[in-house]
Amino acid sequence: MMQSFRIPGAGRLTPAKTMRFTFDGQSFTGVAGDTLASALLANGVHLVGRSFKYHRPRGILSVGAEEPNALVDIERDAARKTPNVRATVQELYDGLAATSQNRWPSLSFDAGAVNDLASPLFSAGFYYKTFMWPKAAWKSFYEPKIRAAAGLGVAPDQPDPDHYSARFAHCEVLVLGGGAAGIAAALAAAETGVRVILCDEQAEFGGALRFEAGAKIDGADGWAWAQTAIAKLSAMDNVRLLPRTTAFGYYAQNFVGLAERLTDHLASPDANAPRERLWQIRAKRVILAAGAIERHMVFADNDRPGVMLASAARAYLNHYGVAIGRNVGVYTANDSAYAAAIDLKKAGVDIAAIVDLRDNPSGPLVEEARALGIEINHGRAVIRTGGRLRISSMSVQPKNGGGERKIAVDALLMSAGWTPSVHLFSQSRGKVAFDEETKRFLPGIYAQDCISVGACNGTDGLAASVEEAYAAGAKAAKDAGGKAAKAAKPKVEASENWSRGMLGAAPGAGPDKIVKAFVDFQNDVTAKDIRLAVHEGMRSIEHVKRFTTNGMATDQGKTSNMHGLAIAADTLDKNIPEVGLTTFRAPYTPVTFGAIVGHARGALFDPTRKTAMHGWAEAHGAVFEDVGQWKRTWYFPKPGEDMHAAVNRECRTVRQSAGLFDASTLGKIEVVGPDAATFMELLYTNPWQKLDAGRCRYGVMLREDGFIYDDGVVGRLAPDRFHVTTTTGGAARVMNHMEDYLQTEFPHLNVWLTSISEQWAVIAVQGPKSRDIIAPLVKGIDLSDEAMPHMSVREGRICGVPTRLFRMSFTGDRGFEVNVPADYGQAVWEALWTEGQKHGACAYGTEAMHVLRAEKGYIIVGQDTDGTVTPADAGLDWAIGKKKTDFVGIRGLTRPDLVAAGRKQLVGLRTNDPKIVLDEGAQIVADPKQAIPMKMIGHVTSSYWSENCGRSIALGLLTDGRARMGETLHVPMPDRTIEVEVTGPVFFDEKGERLNG
Amino acid sequence: MLLIHCPYCEEERPELEFRHAGEAHIARPTDMAAMSDEDFEKFFFIRSNPKGVIYERWRHVHGCARFFNAVRDTVTDKFVMTYKAGEPQPKKLPGAGK
Amino acid sequence: MRKYSVFAIAREAMRGNKGWEEQWSSPEPKSEYDVVIIGAGGHGLGTAYYLAKEHGITNVAVLEKGWLGGGNTGRNTTIIRSNYLYDESAGIYDHAVKLWDGLSQDLNYNVMYSARGVMMLAHNVHDVQSLKRHIHANRLNGVDNEWLTPEQAKEFCPPLNISSNARYPVVGAALQRRGGTARHDAVAWGYARAASARGVHIIQNCEVTGIRRALSGEVTGVETSRGFIGAKKVGVVAAGHTSVLMDMAGVRMPLESYPLQALVSEPVKPVVPCVVMSNTVHAYISQSDKGELVIGAGTDQYTSYSQTGGLHILNHTLDAICEMFPVFTRMKMLRSWGGIVDVTPDRSPILAKTPVKGLYVNCGWGTGGFKATPGSGNVFAHTIARDEPHPINAPFTLERFRTGRLIDEAAAAAVAH
Repeated sequence: MMQSFRIPGAGRLTPAKTMRFTFDGQSFTGVAGDTLASALLANGVHLVGRSFKYHRPRGILSVGAEEPNALVDIERDAARKTPNVRATVQELYDGLAATSQNRWPSLSFDAGAVNDLASPLFSAGFYYKTFMWPKAAWKSFYEPKIRAAAGLGVAPDQPDPDHYSARFAHCEVLVLGGGAAGIAAALAAAETGVRVILCDEQAEFGGALRFEAGAKIDGADGWAWAQTAIAKLSAMDNVRLLPRTTAFGYYAQNFVGLAERLTDHLASPDANAPRERLWQIRAKRVILAAGAIERHMVFADNDRPGVMLASAARAYLNHYGVAIGRNVGVYTANDSAYAAAIDLKKAGVDIAAIVDLRDNPSGPLVEEARALGIEINHGRAVIRTGGRLRISSMSVQPKNGGGERKIAVDALLMSAGWTPSVHLFSQSRGKVAFDEETKRFLPGIYAQDCISVGACNGTDGLAASVEEAYAAGAKAAKDAGGKAAKAAKPKVEASENWSRGMLGAAPGAGPDKIVKAFVDFQNDVTAKDIRLAVHEGMRSIEHVKRFTTNGMATDQGKTSNMHGLAIAADTLDKNIPEVGLTTFRAPYTPVTFGAIVGHARGALFDPTRKTAMHGWAEAHGAVFEDVGQWKRTWYFPKPGEDMHAAVNRECRTVRQSAGLFDASTLGKIEVVGPDAATFMELLYTNPWQKLDAGRCRYGVMLREDGFIYDDGVVGRLAPDRFHVTTTTGGAARVMNHMEDYLQTEFPHLNVWLTSISEQWAVIAVQGPKSRDIIAPLVKGIDLSDEAMPHMSVREGRICGVPTRLFRMSFTGDRGFEVNVPADYGQAVWEALWTEGQKHGACAYGTEAMHVLRAEKGYIIVGQDTDGTVTPADAGLDWAIGKKKTDFVGIRGLTRPDLVAAGRKQLVGLRTNDPKIVLDEGAQIVADPKQAIPMKMIGHVTSSYWSENCGRSIALGLLTDGRARMGETLHVPMPDRTIEVEVTGPVFFDEKGERLNG
Repeated sequence: MLLIHCPYCEEERPELEFRHAGEAHIARPTDMAAMSDEDFEKFFFIRSNPKGVIYERWRHVHGCARFFNAVRDTVTDKFVMTYKAGEPQPKKLPGAGK
Repeated sequence: MRKYSVFAIAREAMRGNKGWEEQWSSPEPKSEYDVVIIGAGGHGLGTAYYLAKEHGITNVAVLEKGWLGGGNTGRNTTIIRSNYLYDESAGIYDHAVKLWDGLSQDLNYNVMYSARGVMMLAHNVHDVQSLKRHIHANRLNGVDNEWLTPEQAKEFCPPLNISSNARYPVVGAALQRRGGTARHDAVAWGYARAASARGVHIIQNCEVTGIRRALSGEVTGVETSRGFIGAKKVGVVAAGHTSVLMDMAGVRMPLESYPLQALVSEPVKPVVPCVVMSNTVHAYISQSDKGELVIGAGTDQYTSYSQTGGLHILNHTLDAICEMFPVFTRMKMLRSWGGIVDVTPDRSPILAKTPVKGLYVNCGWGTGGFKATPGSGNVFAHTIARDEPHPINAPFTLERFRTGRLIDEAAAAAVAH
């Protein structure tokens, strides 16, 4: 298809570099450097989308990120679909495939447009007033219908093959925005030698110079000057240029988030290249050079395809060489649209008429337009447009009423004035101030080390902007430690100057009953919607925004917020600042989730911790479970075994012979120093002073409130040295807890704490044969019961490497825990395994470990306790040093409700039917026949099939549990009620004879 | 992400290196066991939670691992100063008018 | 109050929508009220509504320093559920769920309560134990909550990743079908309209600067930016600012205020049909009627009243979302914001009388107050009207931090061993 609206000789693109693309399946040709929008316009395509609520046909409003209408779906392949892409931002590449959204069955005939005809029913907030009868219909009928109609594009349904990257950076001066002001600021700062980063959301730097044909700087056309300056900056080592990069969020202490788009503009991106990159930059000084955004005129049917911002039409002409029509109307309240009309006229496009709301516009641009023979209708308004899928006419009327005149047009330019982009300034928590004279919000009180320059600061005119920006760049660099600047500042020789304009509804916006004068295009918010909201009592602009959804679409109100505010203020008969300004929230433009996520996906979502023996376990078929970040061996199934069979075998084998268990994940802390025992006395409930070196003790740690925080076996290696173990999950927080007390409450104690969790691999060898297995490998330790009784610790060597050998048991059988330096963990494990094989030992995992300890009634903190359990509740009051006058938790323990009757206590539970294994978490009741809500008196904390007991076993927390021994209670399940008998928590070897067996 | 000056390392480091540790200057009584229930409640549960200047504890957990104190404005999140654990609560703050 | 209905909409459509009334009036404050509620969020407005409706107390003012519904009511992710472990919690949250069901009709305002189901994911053995404990307790408390296999979870929420290759694979889920979402602004507006219609004064842009007490100790009224307003009873329902307000009456609170962030994506066609939460990977998500994915982030680690938080918090949240839903990496974050949540030591709220006669407090909802809005307002109104708590909120006292009778839902979720 011909690019019939491409004007030979106009614009900066190279016509020979053609590219093919499709839109809704139809093939078109564009040119390298085009955006999808400019390429569509070159082909005369204006209809590109449908609006959110009324499904009105929509075209291209803008030339940038503020675009509310021209949103499309871009599909590279089935897995690379991106919804809601702005056609005005998407750069064209060869083979690009775009599809319109939110229409059915087609863009030109959309059944949803029936909403437009019924629009009086759909006034602002109508959905709060209906859909309430019958009650059930909201969820079953109305809401699904509303949901189906809402939304825009379609979310991807396949995992994203692209990847994303992230960088942190520091600089002295960060310049946000690469128009003339930003470039001037960067030049000034860069010349001082400090690190400068300059970013811009566009593919090329230059900002408004893209369309400002009248600009001349340092003897060159404005755009050419910008490119020269960028080349100069690019050659400097202290400067980083980031095009296609949006500063989306300004956080505390000059921390700015930037999203860089790297491949979305390429036809065949390198598969290894990241699609986007998140920059998180900490800058000493930030220069905000974000420019300004043109506003549309608010009047009836201002949304038809072909109606466009004046500056956008000008950019399409001057940069892309595209005429937006052949017979173009203009509706304006300021001068900038004149410049667009003049450029178009000079390029051979007919200007049907300029309609200027102002009574007596004057100035060089007005004169020039007149001189070119363009008809100027001042003091008049466009009160509506005609056409359906494309504008065909505009109706003009004196602004205070009178005869109408219909003028045929195929496009219409609008300009109500310019809104300074104070988004990032506001995000920095600076306070904006309303300038009554120019009717705009400008940076007022700064909260961070930043400065606004150029149009976003309300500075009118190119010369003033460049002057201000250059000075700000030099000052920021100097304040951040740069040398004095020496180079000459850019000299602006010619520029266009305009300002002012209007806010709110133009005469064509009503107060009519039915006209749709759009304020927010995408969300279909009209001037009358805003008036209605005010009428209904919405007096805060935040209420107006939420009730009408004005400014809440994907463009976040870049063109609509000020109009909405002005209409609300007008309706309330208040000044704009009294009505307030809605908060500017990050991000400035939408940011891809992937860019924020970066590499933190899949295996890199969270670190995986593996023990020294992980490889061996993997090779021997272990199934792993996640415990915090750790992968722990869960069980070791043999061929043909399910989990149940494997665990039964492991449990049996440990008690018959022995088993090897990887206990490396337990936390380990070394407590060393002359005051180590005193410190331990304060941190644990137990007494430690009299524990002999070489002996171990089970320690209980509380929080100050008296509840169990952690537990573990502690070995005293020497009078001044304790080897403390913690739960796997508790390792880091116990260390933190200990450091906290040592550093801040007990700093007088001479103690050092060292986390040694990862220094020692731990192999538990448990079972009657355990001593026989380790004995051949251990050197320098007498393993006899007399020399090394249960609960003792020795240092020596195993397999020739140092060991801290604990004689301890978490199974109730004779057992050892072999600590060896982690690097030797697997080698020692393999040696023990070889020895174990001679005795028929097995490797066992966490599940068997849990069963074996439950057979003995040993608790697991975090499973049998839950942060509301005291030592007495858990049957551990024996572990509290009765003579101690202080330890963490001593006072909390004696609070009224912790010593009151009726607390839940740890008990054993035996099902009457030994084959039934209770559900962990199941609730216990006394009377199973009571009505719901039932009185629950306890719950099952641990429950297993015990192969060694030949029946199921369970532990539970039960109200007054220890007083209920022998009682039969009930566990109601959905399908049946299970009878249980309350018992002590020990199910196996109650006398504890096997510890030395 | 805040930028926090560690008084031990004597440099500003990003918040990710630190862990907040609650309100500062709530000393654990030496005669803990003798406290009344009311005093224990004040010690362990009641917090000043000011809107404005707060004295709080941080730990440079991924750095020097030391606990220290900070003065911060909870409205702006700006730090007024940081100082070492055990140093007295500053009476006069830098930049304070009076 | 003129009734809202489809007929009213049709009538107004015929006459250009000129006949709609103000949803609530904006009167000048009187010199004295029977009850002054501080804070016009959902809980405060709900309290005023139920004071008027159920207790006949209409001489009530709700004072709001900003705009009604502008605090956490308008900033949360609108999740509703009642599958809490402890009887006390299940009691108050399920009371709320029962009121949610029918609230639109009660208020004659469509608050869009949608019982689309809340699914909480289990990723490891510990999660399974914890969620099953909840399910069993909920069943016996009459609160619906059921166990799903990973396959059933995916059937209920198709974009969910249940691959066993995930870093933290989904091993099951607990589903409360009566859980869901509602439209947060509509809740504030609906209560405001209904309360206003019953004579309650809603006074916006009126900041409370002091709480005045008689020599004998009882409350006599509040100092405000619009002058002194007398009150026989004062209810503080100010979420993140509770400590500041209670301090004015000389009551120090067991509270800390933290920034909590949330974000939405660009709107897309329906893709997430329910609410999905994961405590282990730290994320929750639903989709609004408008099509935005609504995503809750965590709190920052430090106390703050700034209503802003760090980018790294959103970062972690989106990591988690894309771990659960890898198909969403090409979606875009449209808007993020922060609120101030007041957190108690046991993560359960305080709805109670205070040591000061005539002063009542409703606070400490932490990150989950929205779901309780109707229940909270309802029993707090009872507490103020009768000067004694309703049985449902009787356990949520201030004294529990002295006696140790905590309602520790956070501890009940426990820590991995």
